Amino acid sequence: MRADEPQLFRRPRGKLRDTRITLAHGAGGKAMRDLIDDVFVGAFGNAWLAPLEDQARFSLAALATGGDRLAFTTDSYVVDPLIFPGGDIGSLAVNGTINDLAVSGARPLYLSCGVIIEEGFDVEMLRAIAQSMALAAAAAGVQIVTGDTKVVQRGAADKLFINTAGIGVIPRGVEIAATRAAAGDAIIVNGTLGDHGAAILAARKDLALAAPIQSDCQPLHELVQAMLAACPDIHCLRDATRGGLATVLNELAQSSGVCMRIEEQRLPVRETVKGVCEILGLDPVYMANEGKLAAIVPGAAAAQVIEAMHALPCGRDAAVIGEVVSAPEGMVVLETIFGGERVVDMLVGEQLPRIC
Amino acid sequence: MKYVDEFRDPHKARVLVNAIGALVSKVPTTKSRPLQLMEVCGGHTHSIFRYGIEKLLPDAIELVHGPGCPVCVLPMGRVDDCIALAEQPNVIFTTFGDAMRVPGSKKNLLQAKADGADVRMVYSPMDALTLARQNPDKEVIFFGLGFETTMPSTALTVLQAERENIRNFALFCNHITIIPTVKAILDSPEVTLDGFLGPGHVSMVIGTAPYDFIARHYRKPIVIAGFEPLDILQSIWMVLKQLAERRCEVENQYQRVVPDAGNEQALAAVSTVFELREFFEWRGLGSIDHSGVRMRKEYARFDAERKFAVPNVKIADPKSCQCGEVLKGAIKPWQCKVFGRACTPETPLGALMVSSEGACAAYFNYGGVDLAKMLRVRIEETEAEHAR
Repeated sequence: MRADEPQLFRRPRGKLRDTRITLAHGAGGKAMRDLIDDVFVGAFGNAWLAPLEDQARFSLAALATGGDRLAFTTDSYVVDPLIFPGGDIGSLAVNGTINDLAVSGARPLYLSCGVIIEEGFDVEMLRAIAQSMALAAAAAGVQIVTGDTKVVQRGAADKLFINTAGIGVIPRGVEIAATRAAAGDAIIVNGTLGDHGAAILAARKDLALAAPIQSDCQPLHELVQAMLAACPDIHCLRDATRGGLATVLNELAQSSGVCMRIEEQRLPVRETVKGVCEILGLDPVYMANEGKLAAIVPGAAAAQVIEAMHALPCGRDAAVIGEVVSAPEGMVVLETIFGGERVVDMLVGEQLPRIC
Repeated sequence: MKYVDEFRDPHKARVLVNAIGALVSKVPTTKSRPLQLMEVCGGHTHSIFRYGIEKLLPDAIELVHGPGCPVCVLPMGRVDDCIALAEQPNVIFTTFGDAMRVPGSKKNLLQAKADGADVRMVYSPMDALTLARQNPDKEVIFFGLGFETTMPSTALTVLQAERENIRNFALFCNHITIIPTVKAILDSPEVTLDGFLGPGHVSMVIGTAPYDFIARHYRKPIVIAGFEPLDILQSIWMVLKQLAERRCEVENQYQRVVPDAGNEQALAAVSTVFELREFFEWRGLGSIDHSGVRMRKEYARFDAERKFAVPNVKIADPKSCQCGEVLKGAIKPWQCKVFGRACTPETPLGALMVSSEGACAAYFNYGGVDLAKMLRVRIEETEAEHAR
């Protein structure tokens, strides 16, 4: 039990006996209470959540022992299919928000969980997803402390949407910011690119691709702490989710007014992911990740940071992929395997498969 | 990756680039400008930019990016027709992904979808047929486009629909054929091309014979090329070799995929279902005789143009666009008056900015290191023109 954990008080738990979610489960009455008690409180089980107040309450003094600033973030998850190789919407909703906190250097502490459920959704599936959230939270050492449940008419939402917000504490002295990339810095990623995007594409039945690709859905906060221990002066960190590495590096290049020069040969990409990209005419640098970060660190510290990353499973394939140079400002330039070069721009819209 | 990485080997590329450099000086030329080689196919354009091949070539060679991107050359009026079809009640309109962003006169298919039309992305026409089976109370229309590469799969889908007697499937046929267009380009007076890289995937279907006229009548060498960087470099070398030896032939670099006779079964399916149109409209090039196909009347019940009221909108290309001149190699993309200003991948005016295979989009997306310089040159030129 954490020092700041409130006293648990006992109250009778509701029990959900239905097999499908109906509008009644969102109506605020007993059916909703049973759903929350049985599915969510049952899975997340902690003393902040159990009293079912309208809000979770924390001791400020306890929070302040971990650092001098709060990090606060929110993200919504609408992935289809809900369950995919390597994860599901539940683990994604927990790890995604943890990672948004982690890349500020924060230690993630508390999450909220808001769900929007389509009428007719299978209760067993909902239980499984809540369990998966609980497991992901426990594995990462965070607590899900407040939540909300809504049920909408059939067709008003696609099966299940989850929103999680998160709070973490940033240790004193850590100054990670998108504006701090400088010429001479090294560009680092923690592993293979595009796994999540390719896994989702392969898992969609309409594509009928039998590619054994797992999503990389994983929490990164321990990796970030290990990196900070090796080099407290990490300049930039970004979670390379939608839009992939290319989008993140473009954002950093523009915020810092520098050029990101990366080498195609040094980009870690799995053979299977390369294959999916080949077939569909997609580019792995734009593919989504759910457990990959891009770090900009002082060139002199790159080797130590990589060494620290290699010691953890989620940093095993970490690599320096390029360096920050001063010009052309605001651009990402990729050196191809031939020594040719091309600009890696922001995507205009979605990556669409090419016709032939 | 097996069977792909071999064709991307940087050391072998270096050897080929050196061989090209040695050969180019042996090409007899009376011209003061670089040798102009046109890659006809958009797939080649894409590879050339993705791997930065242009920058590896000697200055004496200029690649002209041809009309072979089916998405790019789709006229605005046809997109409007698609949207009109998609917006009819009870219709599921299916299309390949990259056709979704092609601008019509008012909106594209992505926007029509957001406005409520049931537009779905499919990976194959057979997926559209599956949708028709699953939704017997809806009309499923497949937007067929592309060259001979995609034509056989569309034809086979129509034949399958006929076999199963599926009544709620229709094809909106916009398939086009490359040969008349290459001919039209060769016939236009401003063209000074020296040789061609022939399209690999189209040739896999039609074989090598249809290109004979390029060598025989127009006296230009053509090499049918694969799509990997080493394929392209080797094909450039082969064209130069012909030029150096004063030969004009159809050669096949892509023999591992392209049989000289093409694919007879695919051709049979195509000619069963389709017949040539008198003419077809191309974005950037205008109307070209016999450059498109339509469905034969035996398959009228699967023909969206007969089954539905297609408005058949005609919309002229924006006047400011110089796509035609870029396609013919008369100017480079950045020399177009609207390139990078009114016309960008986000708000494409011209055909060539539409898809990543279009020459202008490729320059804009991938060419960019020198882009600022190119743009400056162009602005200076425009200013000088005004001063005069």
